[in-house]
Amino acid sequence: MKYYDIVIIGGGPAGLAAAVAARKNGAESILILERDKELGGILNQCIHNGFGLHTFQEELTGPEYAARFITQVKELQIEYRLHTMVMDISSDKIVTAMNREEGMFQIQAKAVILAMGCRERSRGALNIPGYRPAGIFSAGTAQRLVNIEGYLPGRKVVILGSGDIGLIMARRMTLEGAEVQVVAELMPYSGGLKRNIVQCLDDFGIPLKLSHTVVDIKGKERVEGITLAEVDEKGKPIPGTEEEYECDTLLLSVGLIPENELSRGMGVDLNPITSGPKVNESLETSLEGVFACGNVLHVHDLVDFVSEEAAAAGRNAADYICHHKTSDEIQDRCLQQNTIQLSTENGIRYTVPSEIRMEYMPEELTVRFRVGGVYKNCYISCYFDGERILHRRRPVVAPGEMEQIKLTREQLAKYPLLEKITLKIEEA
Amino acid sequence: MEKYDVLIIGAGVTGTAVARELSRYQLKIGVLEREEDVCCGTSKANSAIVHAGYDAEPGTLKAKMNVRGNQLIGELAQELDFPFRRNGSLVLCLDEKQYPALQKLYEKGIANGVKELRILSREEVLEMEPNVTDQVVAALYAPTGGIVCPFHMTIAFAENACENGVTFHFNTEVKTIFRKQVADAAESPEQTDIEKMYLPHDTGTWQLVTSSGIFEAKCIINAAGIYADYFHNMVSEKKIHITPRKGEYCLLDKTAGTHVDHTIFALPGKFGKGVLVTPTVHGNLLIGPTATDIENKEGINTTREGLDEVLTKSTASVKNIPTRQVITSFAGLRAHSDGDDFIIEEAVKDFIDCAGIESPGLSSAPAIGEMVAEILRKKYALQEKDNFISTRKGMKDFQKMTLEERNEQIRHNPAYGNIICRCEMVTEGEIMDAIHRPLGARSLDGIKRRTRAGMGRCQAGFCSPRTMEILARELQIPIEEITKSGRNSQIIKGTNKSSFVDTFKEENRI
Repeated sequence: MKYYDIVIIGGGPAGLAAAVAARKNGAESILILERDKELGGILNQCIHNGFGLHTFQEELTGPEYAARFITQVKELQIEYRLHTMVMDISSDKIVTAMNREEGMFQIQAKAVILAMGCRERSRGALNIPGYRPAGIFSAGTAQRLVNIEGYLPGRKVVILGSGDIGLIMARRMTLEGAEVQVVAELMPYSGGLKRNIVQCLDDFGIPLKLSHTVVDIKGKERVEGITLAEVDEKGKPIPGTEEEYECDTLLLSVGLIPENELSRGMGVDLNPITSGPKVNESLETSLEGVFACGNVLHVHDLVDFVSEEAAAAGRNAADYICHHKTSDEIQDRCLQQNTIQLSTENGIRYTVPSEIRMEYMPEELTVRFRVGGVYKNCYISCYFDGERILHRRRPVVAPGEMEQIKLTREQLAKYPLLEKITLKIEEA
Repeated sequence: MEKYDVLIIGAGVTGTAVARELSRYQLKIGVLEREEDVCCGTSKANSAIVHAGYDAEPGTLKAKMNVRGNQLIGELAQELDFPFRRNGSLVLCLDEKQYPALQKLYEKGIANGVKELRILSREEVLEMEPNVTDQVVAALYAPTGGIVCPFHMTIAFAENACENGVTFHFNTEVKTIFRKQVADAAESPEQTDIEKMYLPHDTGTWQLVTSSGIFEAKCIINAAGIYADYFHNMVSEKKIHITPRKGEYCLLDKTAGTHVDHTIFALPGKFGKGVLVTPTVHGNLLIGPTATDIENKEGINTTREGLDEVLTKSTASVKNIPTRQVITSFAGLRAHSDGDDFIIEEAVKDFIDCAGIESPGLSSAPAIGEMVAEILRKKYALQEKDNFISTRKGMKDFQKMTLEERNEQIRHNPAYGNIICRCEMVTEGEIMDAIHRPLGARSLDGIKRRTRAGMGRCQAGFCSPRTMEILARELQIPIEEITKSGRNSQIIKGTNKSSFVDTFKEENRI
């Protein structure tokens, strides 16, 4: 058995930022476990630019953004293992991992940071009917084939889903010589960032069909065509609106799912809405000393916010191991401490975190959330029990863009009896 | 031209079970398969159930084969090392008025010789399966019912047959069959001793024209699934008709795999066994099938109506099925004969049908193998080999190994320490083994059926580029040639920007 203070599961943007922050906050013994051949995670295949505007005030590509953090990890001499798959984590933080050189081995950690990222929803999860030929790819798989391996997955393409990866891939496939015929989106609005719709579709004359879905896939060996149809308000295809597209490829960009199989295995409580762990102000899960950040916690649209969130998780994990409390002390504190629940109403789907323990409340806390639909000229409101303390006017909010508000310790201190903070959308 | 004593058309579970059983004897056996691998038709898309045998009408071949197959399969699973579990099955009665039908099913089971059958009360059922619908009034319990991996079962038969000398010809589609003139056969100087010994001289041998040349055989076994009528009708005046009966299914993630432990049926309706809910041997939950008669023998597409029907009907027997956990859906075609029974007999001289093998075909496969071997043994006075290998070792099952055992494997071959499919935790070593085994995998689907790589919740999103790389490396072929499932199912369409080059070449006639 090996021993580390902090074991970080995943060496993508979240894991890297968490490691750097943990080290800078005094954690000596840190190990990053990465299953791929290099650090950086999904950023390595995101060769387009637009990363780092918030963090570095400049526009970087994915690999460049990752390199900034990888350099820091190396300078800070943080240990990491590549090609190493974590097979299991026990509730008492024994991490079982495997690689070619060491075989299967176990590590006892004092704290664990979950940073496994997410996976793409597949065709099967959508139950799209039709044949099952070659030529159906999730957008991320196609991105890897094109950007890392140098292979073109197809020449005549239809894309279902206007999430950011789908939009980015519409442009990439076009640049690499494929003909992207159409991007179809089930919802009446795009799930991607506005800038991506402009730069990836509009600039290339690729049509975006809102309220459309794939109702049939043709071709027994390779995709030969797909049928799109318009959908009603409930998302059901409207008969008679079918349109045939001749193509050899269907790319799917239909949502991301946090990869929480390990978390579930160790007994972490999950939030059914985010599919990620429930966390408190310290980004600590229902298991003490187990933290989560990045896309494993909830799906982000900007890596800058992943880094920011992960840095907080790293700091908190470092604090946790540096001021490691015995369980009796923790019990005492739990009894004393005032825990405030964060709840959502009307149009807001979830918040991260979902509770605040006053005793651990930092000077300033970012609360991140997503809305459930497109709202124009609305207010984002925050209530402390019955009292409205924030009423921010927004010209438009959409599910594709993560929202945030900041709460301060000072603000909360004024309400010693506060039990519940509620976020909601209020129409103008 | 290749000459065989016996040629089997079709490398599904029936064809391979027959091949394995015949490989006990001193015969030159070949299997002709249109696809690039075994288990590519009906055998790959079904309920993966080993039925107890109460369903078929007493006296039918279906009843006999099912009960016998069920008896054989336990030992066979050990011998040939494929996953099989006797989880028991329950047929729910959801309405007092249906009780006589349940009783009748019980009696049919007894008549068919099904052991240990009993009728359970509502309370007994709910205690056994808390997720069964509250509407249940009683159920028929068949402890001998089981679940099996149809891929591994078929692959096990095929690998064992191969090891015992059976030759498999893939990508070999039979186009026509005719009998060579008697005179030719008699004058042929190339007759082997076996031919002289066992096979009659008073008739011509069969000629099979295929997509990979002409084959010759003394005896043909027609195990062509939904195409069995096509080949039968080519040689026989007494026509048969096989209807493709489509069954659609949804497969759920392993997180839903313990929702029920037994295989849950509802009382059969007009079309077969209705929608069942069952765990699979690999720990997923499977729901389906529908039953729709279609014309197109290639119609393995799923439909909106079919999938909706599966999801709706399954809720009639089991509550709270986590349908959000569906990871894939598929459709299979059952070979339904007009006579509603299996056709296992000599159709014309030296041409044996295994036709109309629909449900319970998977359960019956071992018995069908046995029955066909018996027909041939009597007919040709076959002699057993003394070097028949009755056992076969399957792929290594790491899930069942301890940490030390696993490390021993990794020390021996570090590729067993490198996970490729993260959902199903499949290693590079297992994928390499799948490629280099007898009748090894040649495509992503071939790898998937042997190792489960790509069969998990991400449905090959992460592992397919890496599996392609391993296939290309191990088979020493360019990555452009890697297919999903053979023929024209290539995964990629050239390198980046290659289409520009192609267009330029076309325009400038280079």
